[in-house]
Amino acid sequence: MKRKLLAILFVTVLLMTSACSKKDSAVSLAGSTSMEKLCEALSESYMTSTGATVTVEYTGSGAGLESLASGSVNIGNASRKLKDEEKAKGLVENVVAIDGIAVITDKNNVVKNISSEDLKKVYAGEVTNWNEIGGEDLAIVVIGREAGSGTRDAFEEILKLKDACKYAQELDSTGAVLAKVAATPGAIGYVSLDVVNDTVTGLKLDGVEPSEAQILAGKYLLQRPFVMATKGEIASQSEAVQAWFNYIKSEEGQTIIKKVGLIIPNN
Amino acid sequence: MKTKAIIEKIAHIIFLISAVVAIFAVGAITIFMFIKGTPAFKSIGFLDLLFKSEWAPTATNPTYGIAYIILSSIVATFSAIIISIPIGLLTAVYIAEMANNKLGEIVRTAVELLAAIPSVIYGLLGIMILNPLMYKLERLIFINNPNHQFTGGSNLLSAIIVLALMILPTIVSVSVSSLNAVSDKLRSASLALGASKIQSIFSVVIPAAKSGILTGAVLGIGRALGEAMAINMVAGGVVNFPLPFNSIRTLTTQLVSEIAYSSGLHRQVLFTVGLILYLFIMFVNFCLLKVRKKEED
Repeated sequence: MKRKLLAILFVTVLLMTSACSKKDSAVSLAGSTSMEKLCEALSESYMTSTGATVTVEYTGSGAGLESLASGSVNIGNASRKLKDEEKAKGLVENVVAIDGIAVITDKNNVVKNISSEDLKKVYAGEVTNWNEIGGEDLAIVVIGREAGSGTRDAFEEILKLKDACKYAQELDSTGAVLAKVAATPGAIGYVSLDVVNDTVTGLKLDGVEPSEAQILAGKYLLQRPFVMATKGEIASQSEAVQAWFNYIKSEEGQTIIKKVGLIIPNN
Repeated sequence: MKTKAIIEKIAHIIFLISAVVAIFAVGAITIFMFIKGTPAFKSIGFLDLLFKSEWAPTATNPTYGIAYIILSSIVATFSAIIISIPIGLLTAVYIAEMANNKLGEIVRTAVELLAAIPSVIYGLLGIMILNPLMYKLERLIFINNPNHQFTGGSNLLSAIIVLALMILPTIVSVSVSSLNAVSDKLRSASLALGASKIQSIFSVVIPAAKSGILTGAVLGIGRALGEAMAINMVAGGVVNFPLPFNSIRTLTTQLVSEIAYSSGLHRQVLFTVGLILYLFIMFVNFCLLKVRKKEED
């Protein structure tokens, strides 16, 4: 009985999706897993407000751009800048949001600035005491996020520390990292830029303040663009795709981008 | 008359349906866990999955070894039980045998309240009190040890202490009822033979209540194995060999912390972790049934 019900449900869903994808109002995206939160939030509210259909697959930045180049999707999501060879295929880079990450320590830590080299060493476990990088004699408690977290993914990717971090604690939410770093003397952690508050110190990285302004100026290192690439300029896309980009640029779209903790690019 | 029969019949059916819901739920969960939990064995290999220790699911060459995770769960649970049993048993003896009615009632109420506190509160206290204390201890012990990675007090020891506290009420309340169930004739006989009160308790009453106490311990193991929230908050959450001052991850916290953003094989392995936890719990409950059956015989 349950099987039958499930089967019927499954078939209806299949029929519905296949019916929808034939409509011109459908937009298909594929790519970066890091952009899942953003895409889910955007597509959900877009679909409820316009009734259009948006499908997003999370296959990874490279795979998404490949699908775009081969024409199987309308938009390729990438959480990095496009490479020259990708641009040569006619793909256009449309930055819709910027992901910024702040490195934080507890309030009492005298270190207020860290070089990106030192930061790498700290997370790779080569530097284990603050006195090695200009602080007091205090062990460094290296705090990070769990495997699969977008923030961890970005942090490790930008610093080229993929699979090389030696964490003392892996916590499963931004709030937990913030709380533990604030409460643990000698702790260091990373969180989305937008959540940094005055319970912790946001370290300067290579002398650059972690702020929206510095990120937009391109001076702060720990940032990456969220790109929704199209084949050819947006203006030459189908109406549905143009409507999608218009929605992202609309006030509602921009609010969503801010709500998921991202920075609006200036273009 | 006829309507009465119909009502009886309907009532009967309603009761039957209610009963079937439970059976259906257990069956469905078991089937679901096996369907979801076994594919990873095929794609990774039974031995590689269970006996390799490296866990790096998002690496370019991902490895999915959950040996340390299983080991951490076992070590944390059994250490907690070993701490809890003596304390719980002595508390139970005090409540059941020693205390006058008023004081016994107060202790009993306190223990019952301990059981009612949600695990997230235990976790919170762990973060606020236990972890900072552990961090101080850690800094004291490992002051000149450059090889130790400082965890800020989030470690196996914290997890064990929190778990021990959490399972204490289970052990106490089950033990108290089994001590109370021991016939007064036994106590009187022991005292009449010239044994002191303490001697009677330890050589007559406790042995007579043995299987009840064991039931309490097994229930405690079940609770400790299945606890996720409190451990997640105090244990640090890195896959490590379970040494006292290492940050650890158990079967439960492994699921809690990574299921949200996982995909593909990573997610399949998490279901396998769930399946292993499920099998552990089933095994514990199986033991419980055995103990209870022995008690009845």
